[in-house]
Amino acid sequence: MLNPTSKTRDFWGGALVTLLGLGAMLEASTYRLGTLGRMGPGFFPIAVGAVLALVGLCLMISARFAAAEPRSVALAPEWRGWLLICLGIVSFVLVGRYGGLLPATFAIVFISALADRANSIATATVLALALVAVCVVIFWWFLRIQLPLFRWG
Amino acid sequence: MEESLQNLWFGFGVALEPHNLMWSFFGVLIGNMIGVLPGMGALSTISILLPLTYTMQPVPAILMLAGIFYGSQYGGAIGAILLNMPSHPPHAVTCLDGYPMTKQGKGGTALGITMISSFFAASFGITVMVFASPLLVRIAFKFGPAEMFSIMLLGLIAGSTMARGSPLKGVAMTLVGVLIGMVGTDINSGAPRFTFGLVELMDHVELVALAMGLFGVADFLRNVNRLEFVGTKMAVRFRDMRPSLAELRQAFFPMVRGTLIGTLFGAMPGTGPTITTFIAYAVERKVSRTPERFGHGALEGVAAPEAASHSKTQVDFIPTMSLGIPGDAVMALLLGALLIQGIQPGPQLIREHADLFWGLIASFWVGNVILILLNVPLIGVWVKLLAVPYRFLFPSALFFIAVGVYSTNSSLFDVMEVLFFGVVGALFMALEFPIAPIILGFVLGPLMEENFRRALVLSHGDLAVFFQRPISLGFMAACGLLVFWLAAFGLRGRLGAAPMRAVRVGDGE
Repeated sequence: MLNPTSKTRDFWGGALVTLLGLGAMLEASTYRLGTLGRMGPGFFPIAVGAVLALVGLCLMISARFAAAEPRSVALAPEWRGWLLICLGIVSFVLVGRYGGLLPATFAIVFISALADRANSIATATVLALALVAVCVVIFWWFLRIQLPLFRWG
Repeated sequence: MEESLQNLWFGFGVALEPHNLMWSFFGVLIGNMIGVLPGMGALSTISILLPLTYTMQPVPAILMLAGIFYGSQYGGAIGAILLNMPSHPPHAVTCLDGYPMTKQGKGGTALGITMISSFFAASFGITVMVFASPLLVRIAFKFGPAEMFSIMLLGLIAGSTMARGSPLKGVAMTLVGVLIGMVGTDINSGAPRFTFGLVELMDHVELVALAMGLFGVADFLRNVNRLEFVGTKMAVRFRDMRPSLAELRQAFFPMVRGTLIGTLFGAMPGTGPTITTFIAYAVERKVSRTPERFGHGALEGVAAPEAASHSKTQVDFIPTMSLGIPGDAVMALLLGALLIQGIQPGPQLIREHADLFWGLIASFWVGNVILILLNVPLIGVWVKLLAVPYRFLFPSALFFIAVGVYSTNSSLFDVMEVLFFGVVGALFMALEFPIAPIILGFVLGPLMEENFRRALVLSHGDLAVFFQRPISLGFMAACGLLVFWLAAFGLRGRLGAAPMRAVRVGDGE
């Protein structure tokens, strides 16, 4: 998705992993290290981060020497779909926090349904209402979920 | 042996008492029904229904929870095979070949094989539990921290190499999982690690949130507007459920091998079912004459891990009940339920609460029969799930994921974790990293660290402890062999059957 060949993709994958490893080491270096016999909280994370960074370096090196093979199909990015799915989850959390379970259910289903271009506003509404009904029966009535159906503020 | 049989007879008497039987049936039915819903694994199902048992008697309570457990476990396999959604981490492996089978229109066969494998494996596991219980407990007692660390290291290395493509990428993802497992309060010192000031993270990353993010949300992000139906060929009919004789023969030995691997690992406290399924899968792939079929709908890749997970589950109750060491998060929940009932798991449990222990064992058999009886008529309902267009399915599944994750801890923060790990998983998938090893690292990482630190405290900082104890040395030697073979063959991009043979030598120690 990011790059057309597996060679460059593996290179950047390795770079990302190396960065993750180094970042973990950096963060863990602020924790107490301790000794082998009495390890502090920082010992294991630094060791794991170091190995991760090493593996990332190996990935980068092996990507350099690998034969470049072009990807069969380059997929177009789906920004609208990605954005709406993420937004759907965020809205579940926010609406659930301030409005309760029912509006949150409607929000997550309605917004994420619009991520698929084949769904119209009407179908998304119908789907969301159907799941609101499912939610009331299964989660609220039967499973007695902690989240209240409605709440204000 | 005679005593065990007598106890079992007594257990059947307890399990078949009408009201115990009723709760067992209820548990299996509800577990299966909820487990099939996308995003609702055994973990979330049990946690939601746990409060129901507070007012019940101990025996029916634990029978019902066990019923929910294997009901949802089978339901989870259905979700993994038909929808590529492992709501219980061990099913991550089942997805690898089960979902491609569905895409080829053989989802019914995969479900049928799963059912046969689980029944076979569960029966075997129960038999082992009845007759070998005392022996297995004695072996498990020999495991000190050094042995625990080395077997988990072996499991991690073996697990990461089952990834398709570069083993290095698998190792990288395993380590990322280990790092994610460190987030939260350090058990030994109480210091917060990788929490970045977020109080909610002190309590560690929620396993369900991680699994649903990586396998649910990441998948939706990747497939939105690119998939019309979940599978491509939708011609699954009821009679497809019955595997042909050739398919049965193909699945038989993987099933037996999976069962044996599951049984072996079940006896070891701390090794969860996830690692077991990973190893069963890896073994199948290495002994196969056509390993390239794996990941593209190989029947063996469904039969072996499912069998392993079910026999492991049964045998896993031994350390949970007799030592008080849970094999995984689900066992930990069951342990919690016992404690709520005022029952202290430990070696004295079998003696003091004989009705509970033997009733539970007998109810496993009863429950598995109920499971099969239920699924013969209901499988048609599950298969119909496939006909739902993807554009309706994923918003609904997203809702079930959000509610399921929320209900695990009643925490909306966990739902944000799902989103985070969904994006991370989609990014790694786009870079063609295998994401299943993340779960393996996440589950085993904290246990490994704990045992590593404990072993070194006991040896006063001497690393040689891992090579001085014979059992630990065996596992370490297997690790070394595995790494050597990976280095030798991995660079050339082809893996012989040899590495997994090394693993099995290690298992035999």
